[in-house]
Amino acid sequence: METGRIGVFICHCGTNIAGKISIEKLMDFARTLPFVDAVRDNKYTCSELGQSAIQDVIRERNLTHVVVAACSPSMHEKTFRNTIEKAGLNRYMLSICNLREMNTWVTEDNEVSLFKAKKLLAAAVRRVVTQKPLEEEKLPVTSRVVIVGAGIAGIEASLQLANADKEVVLVEREPSIGGQMARFDKTFPTLDCAACILTPKMVDVGQHPNITLMTYSEIEEVTGVPGKYDVKIRKKARSIDEVTCTGCGICEEECPIKKIPSEFYVGLKYRKAVYKPFPQAVPQYPVIDRKNCTYFLKGKCRICEKECPAGSIDFEQEDTFINVEAGALILATGFEPFDPVNIPHYHYGEYDNVFRAIEMETILNSSGPTGGDFFLRKDGKFTNSKPKSVGIIHCVGSRDENYNPYCSRVCCMYSLKYAHLIKERTDATIYQFYIDIRAFGKGYEEFYDRLQKECVIFIRGKPGKIIKTEQSGQEKLIVQVEDSLTQTPLHFPLDAVILSTALVSRPDAHEVANKFGIGCGSESFFRELHPKLAPVSTQVDGVFLAGACQGPKDIPDTVAQGAAAAAGALSLLSRGYIVNEPTIASIDEDLCSNCKMCISVCPYDAIAEDTEKKVAVLTASKCKGCGLCVSICPSGSIEQAYYSDDAILAEIKGIIETGKLKG
Amino acid sequence: MSSEETNGFNPTIIGFYCRWCTHAAADLAGTSRIPVSANVIGIRVPCSGRVDPSFIYDAFTKGADGVFIGGCHYGDCHYEDGNYSAFKRTKMLQKVIKEFGIEPERVRIEWISASEANKYKLTLDEFTETIRELGPLNWDKHLQERDYEKSV
Repeated sequence: METGRIGVFICHCGTNIAGKISIEKLMDFARTLPFVDAVRDNKYTCSELGQSAIQDVIRERNLTHVVVAACSPSMHEKTFRNTIEKAGLNRYMLSICNLREMNTWVTEDNEVSLFKAKKLLAAAVRRVVTQKPLEEEKLPVTSRVVIVGAGIAGIEASLQLANADKEVVLVEREPSIGGQMARFDKTFPTLDCAACILTPKMVDVGQHPNITLMTYSEIEEVTGVPGKYDVKIRKKARSIDEVTCTGCGICEEECPIKKIPSEFYVGLKYRKAVYKPFPQAVPQYPVIDRKNCTYFLKGKCRICEKECPAGSIDFEQEDTFINVEAGALILATGFEPFDPVNIPHYHYGEYDNVFRAIEMETILNSSGPTGGDFFLRKDGKFTNSKPKSVGIIHCVGSRDENYNPYCSRVCCMYSLKYAHLIKERTDATIYQFYIDIRAFGKGYEEFYDRLQKECVIFIRGKPGKIIKTEQSGQEKLIVQVEDSLTQTPLHFPLDAVILSTALVSRPDAHEVANKFGIGCGSESFFRELHPKLAPVSTQVDGVFLAGACQGPKDIPDTVAQGAAAAAGALSLLSRGYIVNEPTIASIDEDLCSNCKMCISVCPYDAIAEDTEKKVAVLTASKCKGCGLCVSICPSGSIEQAYYSDDAILAEIKGIIETGKLKG
Repeated sequence: MSSEETNGFNPTIIGFYCRWCTHAAADLAGTSRIPVSANVIGIRVPCSGRVDPSFIYDAFTKGADGVFIGGCHYGDCHYEDGNYSAFKRTKMLQKVIKEFGIEPERVRIEWISASEANKYKLTLDEFTETIRELGPLNWDKHLQERDYEKSV
């Protein structure tokens, strides 16, 4: 039979709870509940004052259990566990009653809300007396971090950690690091050249003694426990011996296969079958594209092998698997540009001179197909004529219910950047078709002002259509738009149209999230633990997020998050241990009938048969506390700490005994 | 919904929310201030697979009118495949309670990810209406009467 002296602490949460329900009435109700010894309220229980009030009452009344009726347990369960621990109680003698998120914020009627509050409180009080003291296990943390994705976020995180003398394994899917930023020519609003700020960092990563760089590699599997993850990395066959290759580039020069659309230059330039994605690539070793290499297709050629002075070409190379043990993992897998082919009325891919944003970055890049000049296309090829008028359509694929409801944050600013760069290089008349200009960052509004002074024309409206016509022998694109400020339908005959496309999540985001045990939000970006207070942590201990894989963001924010994720990993590594939740299963051998059902459901092989005793035995360190074995055990011999049968049944009892909501 | 406005029956529904998904969706509904049926009272569980059929019997025996289970979408389970167990078990349980004379619709399982606050609201509101239409279960009283008859 349970017994105890329970303290109930009801939080007003300013007006978040007290504005909806009568705290007085709830306190009166709390006093009627079994084993309740003290009932107190506080304006802000999570404040230092509120916490010390709890500790005072624990000592004064010699409490054995504590119920805090406040916000969601995901918010402050840890906070209050620390509070009661400091007052001498075991930290698991606490139960949180979620009055705010699950009740006062979502219930319209005040009386109904009070009634629900009583039910929730009764459940928490009934539950708390079933709880038993638990000891948390401290697991050692391996002093190594695996970072996935070597764009600017992953690069920043790697350098921060490596400079703190921690070992880093940086894994990149592409043959070179650099990510999306490596494609850009200039960055807004300062217009400093992306290569000038990125390449030194790329070189640092390549040369840093604490960073093991694994390009052309992917994460195959993540196993293990927080603090000691086992990461299996597939190192794809590069067909180049990285030890002997000097990066001289002779193989690339000699390769006869010339017309393969380059991934890095989004198909606007050609590369060879053995290639380096771009001149500043890190590492400098090339890669053989086996799908297009004559030797792999037809069994002959081997010109690169003959020409290579270092003998580094290795056609026999196979994918290798490397296992790395890591204490923390950082995901920095970035974004994908939205494909405007999905919007048929803009005719991208059909009309030569409708460009998408990432093509524009490549075209304006001095190492791009036109050396940084903006020429018009005809039949898919660049001509020598520059456009005289250019339209830039904002919010293509974002802030649009048909595609993505969210704002991609960077499109307004890069559209302004294009306007400036195109004006500089072609002197064309430039029209910006925008919904709202969102210039939120440092120096962004000033940049917007500057562009207005540079005679860029701003039309507030989203074009409904692009139509191709001929005007005196010249091809024109007619952009139809309603100016929403004057409510006038307008038509603009233009030479070129640029689509400022959204930032979307990677197509395999869910697959990657599953590998790491984290979740995805509604737009398939990785979900952070808390949108404001834990933006780089995830629900899995030791797994952190950085950059656009968590949501669209600009370079300054991405770099900040990269450093923040590094700090999160660093604090874990420096402390040296991780706390394992003790809410795991245990088996009562006397009751076990050796039916082995638990063994079959356990996802972690934590249960095995003791063939001598003929009972199931659980390895505590492997158990993650899902409770599958507990609910399947027909003899009731398995019990889970904290989420015990008793606790859950007590909650049901508390909810129902509080009576029915009166009709 | 006001206690004055709705006439007649206001069901008591026990909800089991997986802490990784539906519980987080409930929090998100809170922070987004999305009104949700107050009839469903959620209990946090580590996984929908933790929901023992005996919890559901217990809820009905004590007087609940409906039971809701919220878990992760297929492939998203934090513990690999706990939601599959939960689903299979719920389907079996629905058949068993039917034999007892309890409508299978009184138990519902739904996959609600942490970001689906709207789905959480719609599902709970809809389920409350389903139970309201089915009327009170009064299984607790039924059992008492049966015991009384037996003793007579």
